[in-house]
Amino acid sequence: MARPKAARRPRAAAAQIALLPMALTVLGVYIGTVLWSIRISFSSSRIFPKNDFVGLAQYERLFQTERWIVSLNHIVIFGVLFIAACLVLGFVLAVFLDQRVRGENALRTAFLYPYAMSFVATGLVWQWMLNPGLGIQAAVRNLGFPDFQFDWIVSQDMVIYTLVIAAVWQASGLVMAVLLAALRGVDESLWNAARIDGVPRWRYYLSVVLPQLGPAFGTAFVLLAVGVVKVYDVVVAMTQGGPGNASEVPAKFIMDNLFTRANVGLASAASTVMLLTVLALLLPWWYGRSVQARRAAHA
Amino acid sequence: MSASAIKAPNRRSARPRFSPARLGVYALLVSAAVFFLLPLYVMVTTSLKPMDEIRLGQLFAFPLHPTFAPWIEAWSTACTGLECRGIQVGFWNSVKIAVPSTIASIFLGALNGYALSFWRVKWAAPLFGVLMFGAFVPYQVMMYPLVRTLATVGLFGTLPGIVLIHTVFGMPVMTLLFRNYYASVPVELFKAARIDGGGFWRIFLQLMLPMSLPIIAVAVIMQMTNIWNDFLLGLVFAGRENLPMTVQLNNVINTTTGERLYNVNMASTILTSLLPLTVYLISGRWFVRGIAAGAVKG
Repeated sequence: MARPKAARRPRAAAAQIALLPMALTVLGVYIGTVLWSIRISFSSSRIFPKNDFVGLAQYERLFQTERWIVSLNHIVIFGVLFIAACLVLGFVLAVFLDQRVRGENALRTAFLYPYAMSFVATGLVWQWMLNPGLGIQAAVRNLGFPDFQFDWIVSQDMVIYTLVIAAVWQASGLVMAVLLAALRGVDESLWNAARIDGVPRWRYYLSVVLPQLGPAFGTAFVLLAVGVVKVYDVVVAMTQGGPGNASEVPAKFIMDNLFTRANVGLASAASTVMLLTVLALLLPWWYGRSVQARRAAHA
Repeated sequence: MSASAIKAPNRRSARPRFSPARLGVYALLVSAAVFFLLPLYVMVTTSLKPMDEIRLGQLFAFPLHPTFAPWIEAWSTACTGLECRGIQVGFWNSVKIAVPSTIASIFLGALNGYALSFWRVKWAAPLFGVLMFGAFVPYQVMMYPLVRTLATVGLFGTLPGIVLIHTVFGMPVMTLLFRNYYASVPVELFKAARIDGGGFWRIFLQLMLPMSLPIIAVAVIMQMTNIWNDFLLGLVFAGRENLPMTVQLNNVINTTTGERLYNVNMASTILTSLLPLTVYLISGRWFVRGIAAGAVKG
């Protein structure tokens, strides 16, 4: 729906006053604090902010800090696996749900309910199920497979994958919902045409439907990717970053340095890196959307 | 993406006849449903078992002697540190945080959306653009300056402080939600109200807000769930007296000493998830609509 041009809308002092809270929020919180944080990252602040200027020293220190490098490695492994698994699982579930199956509503509810649960609850449930002493490992051993091994959550090498399992369980329903909505928008007559040409159903989904879901995949990707950068609660609840620092993540590194290790300058440098990462993820998406919008306007 | 797109498939043709391929479709869907439902099953059964049964290590077994004792303990006597007043403390804190935060963020979102859609305020458009970007800024980037600022004005670690934080962080999505909703309201309606002598506030309170009930419902679902499930903001800003349920739940489970009472832990986890799960089950399609709205933010 086209809005009237801004110039033709009425003016009122009340409207300006009503938008003051928004103005304060944007200027004070979304611009002010971000600039402040960036400023701190160029200072030598430890417990209290200092007004000195040490250039990029905190950034150099940051990238020489082993714990930060480790958490970057973890977030890359976690992010790639989590996003790939969510997109694949979400797509498969959406396509299969779209086959006019019985009980579609019940199935959809079952796939999506974890998304209503908090990351904390998600982490705690999986911590319990994966606990080697009494969880899945013990249950399968008691079923008569005494050599069964599933102790990833206490293993330095595998713990990161348990976080992936829990996070995929929580979020793939979201991808399913977003893609299913897009699937329902695909023109059914395309399938009729493809069928007459003897194209098998799976081929139709891969070659005809999948390309049309581009924007929906883009949206799902951005939602998941931004979530990856912020991932914190589920780690704190499930593994506390352990064993050792085998499941340490950047957001937790920042929180620990801000509030328990009194390294405010270092934490601010790390959060600035985080912000730049989010920007790098968002800008191509925004650009793509604005190109699309312009094309739609011309069409 | 509109939520109306998610609906039961049109019965354009009858369900395909039974075939091995159909069997495969159902097999995959049912296996997926088992994967998604398993943690829920484990949570519920564990919470109903006495500890002797849990020590047997049969995670998937049905409780032999179901008991509600762990639920009662979780609600009223579970310990966080030295205090043993149960998870109910966190429950009421979460209510005290979520209700005013939801109301305030929705009111401001609706007000912003209305002013942006119908009125001319020159400086508003660029600010709105920044606000949309704000939806994606990681909280950690803003955390330290906000803590300092709130501490300076005496709001750090108080109930009004955490409500303010949730209101501010809810503003981008709420504003977008209402702006998009008001974009579909015919301008003629607004013009007619103007001709009848309606001013800025009267049109908002008496015409636009009552018309917005469907989108307010979506907004309530989104904000109640998000704020209830928040952990990070509550942990940092709420203060020791107002810790929300998620933070208390984590403390109950991860800071206990001595034997871990898994049945009490799972009962506490269910109790903490009960409100968002109930909202989800009751609201169904509206919940999905909220996701779709959240998905297009930016």
